Amino acid sequence: MKLNQLTISQAIKGLKTKRLSSVDLTQACLDQIKKTNEYLNSFLTLNPQAIAEARTADRQIAASTKNFQKYPLLGIPYALKDNFLTTGLRTTASAKVLHDYIPQYDATVYSRLKKAGAVLLGKTNLDAWAHGSSTETSDYGTSRNPWNLNHTPGGSSGGSAAAVSAHQSIFAIGSETAGSIRGPACWCGVTGFKPTYGRVSRYGVIAMASSTDSPGPITKDVYDSALVTQVIAGHDPFDATSSPLPVDINPSKLSRYKKLKGIKIALPKEYLVKEMGKPTSQLIKQAVKKLQSLGADIDQVSLLDPHYSIGVYTIIQRSEVSSNLARYDGIRYGHPRTTFKHEAKNRVMLGAFTLSTGYYDQYYNKAQQVRTLVINQFNQLFKKYHLLIGPISPGPALKVGASQDNPMFGELVDMLAEPSSIAGLTGLSLPCGFVNHLPIGLQITGPQFAEQKVLEVGHIYQQNTDFQQFPDTNYGSI
Amino acid sequence: MAQFKPIIGMEVHVELKTKSKMFCGCPAHHFQIKPNTHTCPVCLGLPGALPVPNKKAIDWTIILGLALNCTVNQQSKFDRKHYFYPDLPKGYQISQYDEPFSQKGYLTLDSGKKINITRVHLEEDTAKLIHKTIKAKDVSLVDFNRSGVPLMEIVSEPDLASGVETKEYLKKLRDIIRALKISDCDMEKGSMRLEVNLSLAKKGQSNYKVEVKNLNSFRFVDQAINYEIKRQTTLLEKGITPKQETRGYNPKLKKTFTQRSKEEAQDYRYFPEPDIPPMVFTDKDIAVLKSQLPELPETKIQKLATKHHLPVPTARLLVSQPTNYQYFIKALPSAKKHQINPQKLANLIINKKIDITQKASTQLQSLTQKKTIDKAIIKQVITQNPDVVKKFKAGKTSVLGFLVGQVMKQTKGQADPQVTRKLLLEKLSVKK
Repeated sequence: MKLNQLTISQAIKGLKTKRLSSVDLTQACLDQIKKTNEYLNSFLTLNPQAIAEARTADRQIAASTKNFQKYPLLGIPYALKDNFLTTGLRTTASAKVLHDYIPQYDATVYSRLKKAGAVLLGKTNLDAWAHGSSTETSDYGTSRNPWNLNHTPGGSSGGSAAAVSAHQSIFAIGSETAGSIRGPACWCGVTGFKPTYGRVSRYGVIAMASSTDSPGPITKDVYDSALVTQVIAGHDPFDATSSPLPVDINPSKLSRYKKLKGIKIALPKEYLVKEMGKPTSQLIKQAVKKLQSLGADIDQVSLLDPHYSIGVYTIIQRSEVSSNLARYDGIRYGHPRTTFKHEAKNRVMLGAFTLSTGYYDQYYNKAQQVRTLVINQFNQLFKKYHLLIGPISPGPALKVGASQDNPMFGELVDMLAEPSSIAGLTGLSLPCGFVNHLPIGLQITGPQFAEQKVLEVGHIYQQNTDFQQFPDTNYGSI
Repeated sequence: MAQFKPIIGMEVHVELKTKSKMFCGCPAHHFQIKPNTHTCPVCLGLPGALPVPNKKAIDWTIILGLALNCTVNQQSKFDRKHYFYPDLPKGYQISQYDEPFSQKGYLTLDSGKKINITRVHLEEDTAKLIHKTIKAKDVSLVDFNRSGVPLMEIVSEPDLASGVETKEYLKKLRDIIRALKISDCDMEKGSMRLEVNLSLAKKGQSNYKVEVKNLNSFRFVDQAINYEIKRQTTLLEKGITPKQETRGYNPKLKKTFTQRSKEEAQDYRYFPEPDIPPMVFTDKDIAVLKSQLPELPETKIQKLATKHHLPVPTARLLVSQPTNYQYFIKALPSAKKHQINPQKLANLIINKKIDITQKASTQLQSLTQKKTIDKAIIKQVITQNPDVVKKFKAGKTSVLGFLVGQVMKQTKGQADPQVTRKLLLEKLSVKK
């Protein structure tokens, strides 16, 4: 096994026992990036300080392995989605409007990872401004799915998901507005975790839809997701929407139960949408059976059709986008407004329309009312059930080009993530099988701040299945 | 023919003197500070930066609402107001739209007329544009020190009927804000900014509105209003409806002038600021703030009038200068000791006969001492001028002025002529 193929927990074990160094680990990732990035286009910018950071970590490990208590991710190389600000290191959100933008401050997530000792490899590709579900709207070209280069990795955190799946990185950070972590994690066959809205600070994340943006990890297993979330979660005085509730995510307690006895799970029948292919629905049914065999009590329930959430989410997101992009007015940041590409312009126009006088009540206000309805329904549901499960995407990764001429592409792809996103819930996407050699994902969703419960159930499922696999990345020899 | 009546409403912006800005930790003071030194990602509107509201600024805005007899909204929120301008780095201003911190209050004028307050809300100030010529090139510079400074907006109903009334309203508003110690209301420094909305109608409402901006003194407000009343009356009498527009004021020419047309209402695309959760204020929260309200100028004036028998205009003058008022209250016991009544004390302070930076007791003592010295001199003057005294006693009272003059001469102008006159009269009548 190569070093870059390790999970975080495996790498930490190796570092602690001095069987490997952070420099070796980092170099192995950089080598894999060098080897595969021309095929995957997952990294936009590499951190020239990566090896130096790894060397610092090695010195700290040499000083005392007790340093892992203080720095839980000491020496672990990772990739950061390019919409997180990194002082001195170019941050573009994959938009040429910010082509040469060098941030003056650090995103809270980045500074917490730095403080935890993690080593930044570089910044990953995304749909421009995170507008999309395939990375195809990136001004720097689309990323590719490591399982099949003709397919998209999903988006918007497509670069991060591809990087983890192709072992370019030990883990990665993504951000989700509705499906932007869980979607690409599903299509790339890795574990993606969206914490509750407000659980992880948005400070220093180039805003997409402020009321749903949630940063989170993309990892090689559920345990790693818990490790990373524990580091990045928690109240941030720089984000007024970040929750003051204490963080109760504890990776070491994930295995405290071996079975799912007493866990009540809802399976909304509306989530088995008509767009879903038969093989995918077969896999979801299998996953349900597996969870039942592990002791979970699963009922089919009825929820508001997720198709309604498409409308709600689209209006709210476009409205917020039109406002959040107003600062890129052509006066600052060095590039004229004509640098904006089609998708961003499209969203700004739609958002400006839904917020304008005379239409506000009809669109934005109405959308907020339905949003409240969705939230209330979830609240009712979670009185009876601990969690909810379902597919996270109607099918496996689509081919590159599928989003063309389909302005609602992202919303259809993300339909099954949208209800939980507009309600600010926490959710996990983890592999549950393959269709045509492409991964399929299961979503496990919980009420706000139920991260630990979601992760526990996901962990048990993963311990008892074998779907967390990785593709062959010898693209040059194919 | 019925007369056109002015319909005047005021929009007043007041910068709060909090230590830090509205949504970040930068210092809020910006007057004569090196440009762009009080800035951070938040007030520069950099990518990814988020606003965190300043609690003190919110409390102070609610306190002003309470002082203006407003209803405090138990639910409130911030909204984004979108427009494009180089002084607005985010492309929107964080303001309040339909749920201001407080609304529906009033301020009472001396005549007893109530001027209704529509709302008191909080927003962030914009950056400052400076237009300059550098090396023969016209440039526009932006100073972000002011960007994000807490700014209150106090909007009145169009209840004001004249320049004089408006001036009184503004003075009273300023005095209240100063008494609350939440702003200096210094128009020269831009911490109080005034906008007049004015139209004329024979009865009811008018179908247009003229806004006059850039008024940096109450006097200019009065002058601008008078000018506008004349200008609009002339137009209306010709059957022309004045244009809906924003006008500026030129104090040298004492004229207003067109700045920009406002015929089409701008769409600010307001929507709730998603970066700041909505706020809830319980009855208890509001009661706590209410308990922090200091004694307001109007209450002080009433107290001075009833308790210390000051004429209301004197009381008002005294209260309008908080330092004078405080000195007055402190000096009252000492004045009593020296048999100086409150009205006299007030006059001494208002007319700057005593120095309010110095101790009251010593100054009041020397004033009364003057009175005793005077008595000796008076005796002297009377004995030295028997002829004049004779004339006075014979009924020629006009000679009293001469005697007063003699006393003044002897005291080198130090004596109070009123007191001297009184003392001379006392002495002369006793002798009789």
